[in-house]
Amino acid sequence: MATRIGTLASAWLAAYGGASDLESLQLLVSGLANGCVYGLIALGFVLIYKATEALNFAQGDMMMLGAFVTLGLTNDHYWALPFWASVPIALLLMGAFGYVLEVTILRRMSGQSQIAVVVLTVALGFIIRFLAGAIWGHEPQSLESPIAGVNVRFAGLVLGLDEVAVILVTIVLTGLLYLGFARTRLGLAMQATSQNQLAAYYMGIPVKRVSALIWCLSGIVATAAGILLASKGSIDPNSGFLGIKAFAAAVIGGLGSLPGALLGGLVIGVIEPFAARHVAAGFSQVVPYAVLLLVLIIRPSGILSQVRDKKV
Amino acid sequence: MSRRDAVPMLSVSNIESYYGPIIAIRGISLEVPRQQIVAVLGANGAGKTTLLKTISGIMEPEKGAVMLEGQAIGGDDPAAIVRKGVAHVPEGREIFPLLSVRDNLRLGAYTRAVADGIAKDMAMVFGYFPILKERAGQMAGTLSGGQQQMLAIGRGMMARPRIMLLDEPSLGLSPLAVKEIFAVIRRLNVEQGVTMMLVEQNARAALELADYGYVLELGRVVMEGSSSRLLSSPDIQEFYLGVKEGGQRGQRRWKRRKTWR
Repeated sequence: MATRIGTLASAWLAAYGGASDLESLQLLVSGLANGCVYGLIALGFVLIYKATEALNFAQGDMMMLGAFVTLGLTNDHYWALPFWASVPIALLLMGAFGYVLEVTILRRMSGQSQIAVVVLTVALGFIIRFLAGAIWGHEPQSLESPIAGVNVRFAGLVLGLDEVAVILVTIVLTGLLYLGFARTRLGLAMQATSQNQLAAYYMGIPVKRVSALIWCLSGIVATAAGILLASKGSIDPNSGFLGIKAFAAAVIGGLGSLPGALLGGLVIGVIEPFAARHVAAGFSQVVPYAVLLLVLIIRPSGILSQVRDKKV
Repeated sequence: MSRRDAVPMLSVSNIESYYGPIIAIRGISLEVPRQQIVAVLGANGAGKTTLLKTISGIMEPEKGAVMLEGQAIGGDDPAAIVRKGVAHVPEGREIFPLLSVRDNLRLGAYTRAVADGIAKDMAMVFGYFPILKERAGQMAGTLSGGQQQMLAIGRGMMARPRIMLLDEPSLGLSPLAVKEIFAVIRRLNVEQGVTMMLVEQNARAALELADYGYVLELGRVVMEGSSSRLLSSPDIQEFYLGVKEGGQRGQRRWKRRKTWR
């Protein structure tokens, strides 16, 4: 994947090379940082979709809620806890939130059509948005985090520490998830459940608990994305709509592929600033979705999808 | 053979199972004695698969009892039943296609809390199915049908079962592969002491392997007996083994049809 990003970067540099080299590089970095946030939200989509075949359209709102919970814990205006204490507490709380959501609500939907689950999660998104607005207000707020507003100079580039942190955290988180899925007993059980739920039951895997743990995990990942987003800019209850962009990212990458989700996020993230720079205003916002359309036409199952014919 | 003396490995009495409002099993009772192979025969829709699913806890029996060595397991959840020593090798193999052969086998041992002996058991499975060792790192979905069936059985063995429920292991396989698989089932029964309950449409192969057989039809046991008796029964021969009689076949068949009802 690193090489893909590399070629993408050099392609952009070739196209817009020369004097604007440095500028392009800066656009690229901020695009990658945004893309990482999209990618992390998309990761949540894919986790839940793979394991339970449900599409969680409240994923963006869970991200927003996670950001607000952290903000509520750490900002001076609220509880004023130290940032590094607030982050694990928020991750824990949101993990528990995801778990409880599955156990109390989503579990009742088993056996219902997929559309019913989609509508349910859309409704959940509305409720979360309303709750966040009622508790923290509708004004945009920023997270008082130590990484906000600090610049680092690197080889002639001026980069925001927040952007660098976003990229690093995403890499680490993805690596941890990958190792967790590939190497641990529980991770293997999660993979098994997503590939063949019936057979997972036959193996004695507690499928229901695994589903709840998946929701827990996606709550945690969403919160990580929310914290990164909120320290990079500001957050308000409507930030959850970013989830739509992240969903597009998940589809571009191939719904069902974890690396694909991240890649899709990066694609959209990188396209945005360049489109804003080089395409007429008003049209630039359309570009990511035009790319989505293009991917769907050329490779309907997504870039990194695991397509296979089911053998009987 | 004295069948009713000791506590059987598995006994099912008067169970009924439903798919929603539709009854699939209408009061089946049967026994699987320790260390034997028992075949359950029947056409499509006779309730064979439902019977196995009810035993392994995927479906709950509406009525009746399922006993494993005298201990009631009916209504337990599947994980608990696997832990008590019942391995279900499902119809259509149901392997994990995107995981490696090795990981598939590992998942077979999921309910075993401690990792001790897993490596040894995997070596045991590889001993019975050398091809799986060759393909250990390969994604299971890329195996052939016969190899996938071997993997499904090997995965079942990883749970260290006392009894294995085999649902149509011959489904969709070449006659040669069927022979190979059935030979291993026999060896696992003799060498590892695993009791086998074998559900099959391939009646002849199943009865040649099994000690005892039951015939299901429309959710009921309509006939039972030792394999040799079933193999020589005219009804079984005509309806399940396809042995045709000469002469006034149509006439005879009309008279003979369903004498067990």
